[in-house]
Amino acid sequence: MDNQSEFFASQETLTACYRRIGVISLIVLFVFCALGFRLWQLQIVEGDRFRMLSEKNRIRLKRLPSIRGLMLDRTGRVVVGNHPSFDVILVPEDVQDRLTTLHTLASYLPEATDFLEGKAPRNLRRPAYEGISVARDISWDTLAAIESHQLDLPGVTVEASLKRFYAEGNLAAHLVGYIGEVNQTEIAENKRYRQGDLVGKVGLEKAWEEDLRGYNGGQQIEVDATGRKLRVLDEVKTQPGYNLHLTLDLELQEQVEQSLGEAEGSVVVLAVETGEVLALASRPTFDPNLFALSIKPNEWRTLVEDPLRPLTNRALRGQYPPGSTFKPFMALAGLEEGVITPETQFNCQGGLPFGGRTFRCWKRPGHGQVNLKQALAQSCDVYFYKVGLRLGIQNIARHARRFWLGQDLKLQLEAASGVIPDVEWKRRRFDAPWYEGETLSVVIGQSYVLTTPLQMAVATAALANGGVIYRPFFVTQVSGADGASIQTYSPEVITRITIPEEHLRIVQDGMREVVHGERGTGKKALLPHVEVAGKTGTSQVVSRIHDEEEEVPRHHRDHAWFIAFAPVQNPQIAVACLIEHAGKGGGAVAAPVVRQVLEAYFRIAEQRNRENGGIRQTSG
Amino acid sequence: MVGFDRRLVEHFDWVLFCLTVGLLGLGLLGLYSATYDGSPQASPQFIRQLTWAAVGLCGMGVAFVIDYRRLEQWAYLLYGAALVLLVLVPLIGSFGGGARRWLYVGMFSLQPAEFMKIGLLLVLARWYHRTVPPGGYGIRDILAPAAFFAAPAILVLWQPNLGTAITLGLLFLTLTFTAGLRLRSLSVLALAGGSILPFIWAYLKPYQQQRVLSFLYPDVDPLGAGYHMIQSQVTVGSGMVWGKGFLLGTQNRLDFLPEKHTDFVFAVFAEEWGFVGALGLLILYGILLARLLVIALRARERFGLLLSVGVAGVIFWQIVINAGMNVGALPVVGVPLPFLSYGGSSLLTTMVAVGLALNVSTRRVFF
Repeated sequence: MDNQSEFFASQETLTACYRRIGVISLIVLFVFCALGFRLWQLQIVEGDRFRMLSEKNRIRLKRLPSIRGLMLDRTGRVVVGNHPSFDVILVPEDVQDRLTTLHTLASYLPEATDFLEGKAPRNLRRPAYEGISVARDISWDTLAAIESHQLDLPGVTVEASLKRFYAEGNLAAHLVGYIGEVNQTEIAENKRYRQGDLVGKVGLEKAWEEDLRGYNGGQQIEVDATGRKLRVLDEVKTQPGYNLHLTLDLELQEQVEQSLGEAEGSVVVLAVETGEVLALASRPTFDPNLFALSIKPNEWRTLVEDPLRPLTNRALRGQYPPGSTFKPFMALAGLEEGVITPETQFNCQGGLPFGGRTFRCWKRPGHGQVNLKQALAQSCDVYFYKVGLRLGIQNIARHARRFWLGQDLKLQLEAASGVIPDVEWKRRRFDAPWYEGETLSVVIGQSYVLTTPLQMAVATAALANGGVIYRPFFVTQVSGADGASIQTYSPEVITRITIPEEHLRIVQDGMREVVHGERGTGKKALLPHVEVAGKTGTSQVVSRIHDEEEEVPRHHRDHAWFIAFAPVQNPQIAVACLIEHAGKGGGAVAAPVVRQVLEAYFRIAEQRNRENGGIRQTSG
Repeated sequence: MVGFDRRLVEHFDWVLFCLTVGLLGLGLLGLYSATYDGSPQASPQFIRQLTWAAVGLCGMGVAFVIDYRRLEQWAYLLYGAALVLLVLVPLIGSFGGGARRWLYVGMFSLQPAEFMKIGLLLVLARWYHRTVPPGGYGIRDILAPAAFFAAPAILVLWQPNLGTAITLGLLFLTLTFTAGLRLRSLSVLALAGGSILPFIWAYLKPYQQQRVLSFLYPDVDPLGAGYHMIQSQVTVGSGMVWGKGFLLGTQNRLDFLPEKHTDFVFAVFAEEWGFVGALGLLILYGILLARLLVIALRARERFGLLLSVGVAGVIFWQIVINAGMNVGALPVVGVPLPFLSYGGSSLLTTMVAVGLALNVSTRRVFF
């Protein structure tokens, strides 16, 4: 160091600091003594209490489940809500003698025997301090019995919770869906789920799970040796789920389900100018309340093993050949491609010989000379065979797909796409060339053609509104528990098909004739005050072997279809109805159902008009 | 001062060195427990901390080998370097836990605010070493050192990192007090500090206000800090006299404690080693601090003296704030416990600080 003299300070400047260092030493000493004293206080004076709180897990972490959001119909009626339920909880830590307790409990509660016999679900990942649910939604009598014998049942508590309540039972059950206990895959996918949570499994309950669910809260509770709550140390509040406002009209839905009766099948009612799903029914049905608190195994087995598959939503996932309901779309295709004009006439002799066999018309004696309008009204197969031959399969497929038949509607719910076959499809599917004979079956909506009732309703709505394909939707609004709007959904146009006015007019006229015409096939859909346009359909399940319908086994019988929109001038709703294995034609079986649906719709609309202004239509 | 000097070995301060290595070992032991998840393999955090311990030992070596009088000449340079790193944080730093505190360098994330403790220590010691007004320092005399402290403190608060800002402030006060702040000026300073408290309060983030409030009124808010404090006290208290044993802390294993490997590592240690262990740890810290103060008293000039007091101050205040929070005596503020808390920058800083004291202690006989 060059400047050592400068660096070395005089001794005074150092000694001045020594007193300060002395003060600092005292502060350090004092603070350390204080810390030591505090440790003594915590670990020795209060050590026992803290040891008990920690090591024996005297702090319970209690989950406060969030309240699941409601579903309301378009008039504000509750479709799905929550009801109180009393659950019996067993906290293993607090049970002194498991067997005795369970034996005692079993005398009031049969479910407890499951635990005795070791049938209870075991879950090693459950923390020891968390209670196990022995039984849910116990009756008042059981509740009273357990409460009054509380002293004999250490570690057993009764807790109130809310269970999902499907207010209208099986009304719109398939659309609403149901909830169920979360499985391991779902837990792995979603961090918010815990063992034992009830989550949306199917339908709107599943699709809007994130909105409906809300956020669970929790409490840290200090409890005494018998598991009784002493005080809440800490709490995180629950946040209730959001409410869904559905497009559904429950009153109409009720009528729709009634009209379907016991028949297997489906009805879809759409608002023509928005795509709102006003009613959606699928039969056979089930009661989602069975699922509200994890379904019992035998009830589940009954539902799953039923050959009629009541859990399947036929409106969205059932795929059927559309039969003659396909014809209005083929008529438009023929007009657009210029292969026919409204005046084009064909002679129907009851069949068309082609490729060495005869393709029959449903009417054996034949329709004679018919034009397009008559061919639609009387559903003449021969007329459309000829249209089909002139169009060719590629044109048929292209025009059908414009109406989104055989195409994915991209809903938030699981839905089938159906099939509109063409050359490419056949090659991919069967590795075989297309035969022209197949075109004849396709043009009348048979063989490979498959559509869902919802797709038919969407396409029918497009016939009514002049070619606009709306994406069907089920929820108009998501709102908070306080009523604040979280999200709103407005009508969404998938595509606009340009259809020349005169083409549309002639097809609509033909469909009007189906219902109103002298020789129409759908006269059973006739309403006294409202003009209805419709189309019948009968789709073959197997090629006709039998002639006498009664001899045909049920699952070989034909499906019956009816599609309709009304009023013909200024249409409001479109309906598609399918009855599975009806054995009779659409005109006989499906048309009367649709008539009841339409009747109900206009009756309800008129009634509400008198009160306050029609079935509310969202703007769009 | 180039080349190796035999006297460095002959007069090496083995007491300080052994205390440091002992605390480092205890710290790693505590951290192993706090990051133990039941698997036989050590946790990634523990492995990383082990690496940092090695880096820390090297840092201590470097801080020891370079003559501290040379460091005195480099003080502004080192302070400036730390300041530059600190300025880089808001520009290219990364977020974590709601604050922007880290710089990524290769595999490691650095917390420049930690290194600032060394920078500030050097520059303050130098300033008070060279500027000695007769009759002690008045308020006007300490404006320059106050500015040295204020610049990084504002940057650190901005991150936000209240804990480190408080540590820097306490370091400044400790050195200013030791250097010879006039008592009257001290009381003026205290008064001024008291009067700006409301403004500081207004500046605090809501979560920080919440912590202070729930420290003062624990019943008002059982959430947030109230939760941490209850759990932390249960953890410490349940250790009782002998503790629950290594890796047997139930509070620790059941994850009742938040941030158990950083802010609440002391509670984990106290749970597993009990009153005996926790008190033992405090006594070890106490001996370390005593040793550092003795080195200060033996120093031959103000720079060495102030440097040692500063090292003691940084370590002491962090212990007080952290342990005080762990036993529920102080509000929750994120300050690491020297040697124990997980965090490479903090460990490296502590080791370098001890290296500086070793430097002063060993070289006191050179002249």
